[in-house]
Amino acid sequence: MNKRNEVLLQGNEACAMGALAAGMRFFAGYPITPSTEIAEFLAAELPKLNGTFIQMEDEISSMGAIIGASLAGTKSMTATSGPGFSLMQENIGFASMAEVPCVVVNVMRGGPSTGMPTRPSQGDVMQSRWGTHGDHPAIVLCPKSVLECYTLTVRAFNLAEKYRTPVIVLMDGIVGHMWENIEIPHTHEVIDRAKPTVPPEWYHPYEKLPAGNITPLAPFGQGYRYHVTGMVHDRSGFPTLDHGEVELCLKSITNKIKNNLHDIINIEEYLLKDADICVVAYGSVARSARSAVNIARKEGIKAGMLRPITLWPFPRFHLEGIANRVKTFVVPEMNLGQVYGEVLKSGPKKAVRVTRIDGELITPDQIVSKIQEVSS
Amino acid sequence: MMRTTEAIYKYLRPDKKFPHVWCPGCGIGIVMGALVRAIENTELTKDEIVLVSGIGCSGRISTYLDFNTLHTTHGRALTFATGIKLANPELTVITVMGDGDATAIGGNHLIHACRRNIDINSIIINNNIYGMTGGQYSPTTPMERKASTAKYGSIEKPFDICKLVESCGATFVARGTSFHAKMLDAIMLRALNHKGFSVVEAMSQCPVQYGRRNKLGTPMDMMQWFKDNSVSSPVFDKIPPDEVDEQFPVGVLVNKEDREYIDRYRDIVKKAGGEVH
Repeated sequence: MNKRNEVLLQGNEACAMGALAAGMRFFAGYPITPSTEIAEFLAAELPKLNGTFIQMEDEISSMGAIIGASLAGTKSMTATSGPGFSLMQENIGFASMAEVPCVVVNVMRGGPSTGMPTRPSQGDVMQSRWGTHGDHPAIVLCPKSVLECYTLTVRAFNLAEKYRTPVIVLMDGIVGHMWENIEIPHTHEVIDRAKPTVPPEWYHPYEKLPAGNITPLAPFGQGYRYHVTGMVHDRSGFPTLDHGEVELCLKSITNKIKNNLHDIINIEEYLLKDADICVVAYGSVARSARSAVNIARKEGIKAGMLRPITLWPFPRFHLEGIANRVKTFVVPEMNLGQVYGEVLKSGPKKAVRVTRIDGELITPDQIVSKIQEVSS
Repeated sequence: MMRTTEAIYKYLRPDKKFPHVWCPGCGIGIVMGALVRAIENTELTKDEIVLVSGIGCSGRISTYLDFNTLHTTHGRALTFATGIKLANPELTVITVMGDGDATAIGGNHLIHACRRNIDINSIIINNNIYGMTGGQYSPTTPMERKASTAKYGSIEKPFDICKLVESCGATFVARGTSFHAKMLDAIMLRALNHKGFSVVEAMSQCPVQYGRRNKLGTPMDMMQWFKDNSVSSPVFDKIPPDEVDEQFPVGVLVNKEDREYIDRYRDIVKKAGGEVH
């Protein structure tokens, strides 16, 4: 540790430390590269805090276990990569439907299938939004640095508790395995589980409250006996096929996110005020994009960057505002254009992509070439 | 013994949960009754009990009973139950699964829960068929029996659930049937009092999707078959193997002491320097 109180940490470690700082005391997971260090770190640290670490038989069971632990009142998390994330989708849908807070970390690797376990990728952008079946909400946060692995994991727990929903921390293999000196923030907001304010006989776990307030989730075993199901349910949690109740149930799980975009969406803008070209980049690629913008500026090209820190819900309104001002969007990503498609929806005059799926990082030079190409 | 009507008011949920989804002649209600009677004979309060179920006809039990109830995804009941029990070991966690639920899609979770010997009570209601989806063959459908996906008879060897879970490390294993309702009460009570992973296989008739297709007669005929072919386990063990036809052992088959998972996890907490609460 040096004078500035910095420590050298790996992204995966910082994520695990952020989870502990947020009050996470239950982790269930299954080994998979490049996320395994999160589990290894927590296997050592959770018992010291009388928390629980368990290595489950697969990712399906890991996801089930963290939902169970959350219903028992404990903040819980799992961490995985591509193929494991695919297996978790079934119970991520359950957590969305049953409105159980929990955090899922996906450190992206090259896919599809076994793909390139040791190489980074950003191929799970759409899976993190639409991986489970049915219309469902998604909150996905995307760190670009070791520090953000820490702070966004804390924020993921806060959003999960606030909105009673699963939250995904979408890292990529570079961010997860990168080492940086960071100063661990000592003060950060931690939102703990709200307690019911009504007696058990008045409690309905899925009551729709006025002004978009969300009914607190009572932990199992504290006198609030209620039912939790993955089926469409009424305000008491029991299955229903009543048209009105079905619509209320399904719309409310999505609307609680849609009605709070200002609170959930976080972006970083860089040199955008006078920009003709806006680079849209996220995760580790945003680091190259920032360098590329600096290089382009030195060459007299008015380039800037927008970085979605909250990847889902996608910051469409911000994009639409910028689309009116800039001539071209440049979208570099380690996939074949998953966020590029979202940028197109914002109605840009022109948008081009820089893609790379060979397992290597997109370099600033690659982005600069594209910026030069579109500005000439 | 509590009067039936009192038990109904105490343990069943009111309002629109009824009528239940089970077909006339189904055995699941008998198994649910046995579970309630077993719980009534413990000191447990309704607040201390978490009932976790999977998907299928058996999965609906959690809707009807007035505990902390969780109706999970198909085959995954034990995974949710593991999280609940580890997060709050004070709770009594009971899982109810069907044969397809527990031994097909959830088979991996079942064998690993046995291996860990975590203090969860599992009830597997075995009716030899996927009832809710319309009578497809399950891992416990006997050879040559017909199902909507075994039009010419099943060619797959069925699991013996009790042998399976015993070999995987379950420390309490028992089998009962919907015919032996009182025995089912008694073995469920012993399972609830057992510390460690327990499995009660409750054999139950599905007259609509299984019996009818295989010409097994009325629900009463199917229960009569349970009566005629069940043998108490000590007696069954004396039958020479080559003389066993369709008979099967009932009663408590395994009951042994072994350290329970959460007990062992407390050792980890101590070794790591944490404080055990």
